Amino acid sequence: MSKYYGWGLPFNASANGAAIDRLIYGIHGIMFVLFIGWLTFLVYTLIRFRARPGHQAAYKVHHFKAPTYLEVSVALIEVLLLVGFSFPIMNHVKNQFPNEAGALKIHVVAEQFAWNIHYPGADGVFGKTRQDLMGSDNPVGLDPSDPHAADDIVTINQLHIPVNKPIIINLTSKDVIHSFFLPVMRVKQDAIPGDLIPLWMEANKTGDFEIACAQLCGLGHYRMRGFFSIHTQEDFDKWLKDNAPAPAAAPVAPAV
Amino acid sequence: MNHASHAHPLPFWRKYIFSMDHKVIGVQYAVTSLLFLFFGFGLISLLRWQLAFPSQPVPFIGQFFNDTQMVGGIMLPEFYNQLGAMHGTIMVFLGVVPLAVGGFGNYLVPLQVGAPDMAFPKLNMMSYWVYFIGGIVMLCSFFVPAGAAQSGWTSYPPLSDVAPLGQTVWLIGMVFLITSSLLGSVNFIVTIVQLRAQGLTFFKMPFFVWAQFVTSFLLLLAFPPLEAASVMQLMDRLAGTSFFLPSGLVVGGQPLAHTGGGNPLLWQHLFWFLAHPEVYVLILPALGIVAEIIANNTRKPIYGYKVMVFATIFLGFMSFVVWAHHMFLTNMGTSMSSFFQITTMIISIPSVVILTALILSLWGGSIRFNTPMLFAVAFLPMFGIGGLTGLPLGLTASDIHLHDTYYVIGHFHYVVAPGTIFALFAGIYFWFPKVTGRKLSEFLGKLHFWPSFIFINGIFMPMFILGLAGVSRRLYSPEYAHAQAVQPLNVFISYCAWGLGLAQIPFILNFVISLFAGKKVDSNPWESTTLEWQTTSPPPHENFEHEPVVLHGPYEYSVPGQKKDFLPQNMREN
Ligand code: HEM
Ligand SMILES: [Cu+2]
Ligand SMILES: [Cu+2]
Repeated sequence: MSKYYGWGLPFNASANGAAIDRLIYGIHGIMFVLFIGWLTFLVYTLIRFRARPGHQAAYKVHHFKAPTYLEVSVALIEVLLLVGFSFPIMNHVKNQFPNEAGALKIHVVAEQFAWNIHYPGADGVFGKTRQDLMGSDNPVGLDPSDPHAADDIVTINQLHIPVNKPIIINLTSKDVIHSFFLPVMRVKQDAIPGDLIPLWMEANKTGDFEIACAQLCGLGHYRMRGFFSIHTQEDFDKWLKDNAPAPAAAPVAPAV
Repeated sequence: MNHASHAHPLPFWRKYIFSMDHKVIGVQYAVTSLLFLFFGFGLISLLRWQLAFPSQPVPFIGQFFNDTQMVGGIMLPEFYNQLGAMHGTIMVFLGVVPLAVGGFGNYLVPLQVGAPDMAFPKLNMMSYWVYFIGGIVMLCSFFVPAGAAQSGWTSYPPLSDVAPLGQTVWLIGMVFLITSSLLGSVNFIVTIVQLRAQGLTFFKMPFFVWAQFVTSFLLLLAFPPLEAASVMQLMDRLAGTSFFLPSGLVVGGQPLAHTGGGNPLLWQHLFWFLAHPEVYVLILPALGIVAEIIANNTRKPIYGYKVMVFATIFLGFMSFVVWAHHMFLTNMGTSMSSFFQITTMIISIPSVVILTALILSLWGGSIRFNTPMLFAVAFLPMFGIGGLTGLPLGLTASDIHLHDTYYVIGHFHYVVAPGTIFALFAGIYFWFPKVTGRKLSEFLGKLHFWPSFIFINGIFMPMFILGLAGVSRRLYSPEYAHAQAVQPLNVFISYCAWGLGLAQIPFILNFVISLFAGKKVDSNPWESTTLEWQTTSPPPHENFEHEPVVLHGPYEYSVPGQKKDFLPQNMREN
């Protein structure tokens, strides 16, 4: 695994990730330059104006022009970061959802301490879910009487997606607030009970990674770890076929 | 004021325990909160064992814990979460705020404005005792069944609504602490507005008083929403309401019996509406302390005093419109997030102004490097790191990856630990002679400063790397692959944390020894200009023999043509 992770940002397998990474590294560049500038000035000042025999403090405050320029340029940099980077990225991520027709739709239902992943199956339609049916053998409460439910795939902690295809995820939680974090996709979104939150992403590399929980959700928060695999389209189709429920099986058995 | 007290000396318990003298109350606050700071630090030092050496028994001290906390010396996740949540709560509400405001503010504000006491001495006494009860309640929460609060210092529902009993105790404790702060803030505002000595116009007040003034408004306006929210959460837990519980919750496989219809995000809005201004409550008094010490030890006026005052006021206003930048990932719309990104960027400007002014204040000075000054100078770059690293967190796009990781922990600790805590230490070294008439040892002071400076950076700098790598906060054990990759850093951080603990030994020794055997000094050992130094050390009851009349601004150092290089605020030019 360590080929994907180390010091610095994790491996990026997302089409949206590069822009975010550029922003993060860019800001750190700016911060570094500003800080080194400050620090150099500070150290120089401390040495030059140290108390010593014969040295006198100046009552009249020296008026600098530079701070005004510094202030203005900091403000301009912030405007640039907002308008040039953060706003457009957020607009892309939040508002420019891919066309549903060409996308794979998935429901993710978080619970203490697992990720329940719900695929609509071959018919492309999610079966109805009911809260009163939720239980350990039916984690999302799929209603067996709904014909659309028959081919649905429900997994626990197993998120599989195809590469180069937009994915639309609807995220919610059964119990407390969790946060759905795919480090390699630069995706993180709180899962809030009572809210169904849409998000989208598109992978551009294949591999086996992780889902993490980023919001304290109880004593098992640290082990709310899921597997996340990005397949080629062929492998993904095969995975779907292998995990499709047997035609007559009434209760949907979760694949673990 | 109370002239009877001169004639009849008060009994011991009225003079030192239930005292109404702001100086005694200030010392009570300072000592209590210092003890809480060390306790809160102890909690996190214990927690750091688990992070460095996951699920290995804690050597030696492991045996003293019961089996809901540790089993065979191995820390349980429940207990780990208690340590984290209580560390945060104790550091913020029982440590830093009471020390900065209750301790330094109480002791110094009446002296610096030339008043005989606070405006409402009884209220002042009450605010200390309400704080004290709140603290005891918080401590007791460790001993209730299933232990103390474990839902983070932020206590997000629904988790906190369904958490064990400790959360109820936490909420009751919070109600006391909030009430105490409210009582205190009213007192400060009235004292500063009403009791300034003759001639002390607002723009002749020391910057420290300004900082306390703005801080008090923040406390006064920000705490009531949290008080309301805490009571609502209590009702959710005890009275069957569901302010923060939406319909249809299934917890542990069982539908939760509750009415539903609530919203967990309501808590977050109320909480952060307090907790963001709270950040400025943690740093403004620190900036005030640093400004006083820098002016004194550069022997020159501070740079841009008025600009700093206006920046502080502006900061105070803005701190009420940035709260939702803690909630970027709760699925707010882009127009909402844009608004909060913009306000967050705007609030950084006055912060940069204040920090720049403090750095430029050094220019042209004749800088003495005594212990208070070392802490004050070290504050500047470290506080700067804290401020700068807020930038990527304030932009939603970069916050997606960094939110709720160790990057956040690194960022705000640089603000409050290498930042505020260093300023508070600076203040203790600086004003100790005023309170006791004795000086802390310079040698032990430097032995405290240098290791602390090194270790504290060793703790918090690597946290940025952990955060960039994606390691979440509040993780009991680094199970994730991306956490494994940076685990050696956790070991390093823990050693530095324990080193920081050891580095406090010279401070404790210094404090205790100097109390009894420190070098005796006269009333103004740092040759300072502000009013608290123009009376005896310690100051008498009612502070000044004669009410001072203020003639000058607060930082008249190295005035040309004067015999000495400082001109006290109430002294005529010669
Ligand atoms: C100087 C020594 C300090 C050290 C070594 C330290 C260390 C830590 C660490 C490692 C965490 C993360 C715990 C986790 O991931 O579960 C943490 C959390 C926290 N710390 Fe500190 N800290 C220090 C001082 C302070 C101070 C002075 C304050 C406040 C003024 C503070 C406030 C907090 C808060 C609010 C949290 C979040 C707690 C939560 O997750 O609910 N800390 N600290
Ligand atoms: Cu979770
Ligand atoms: Cu979690």
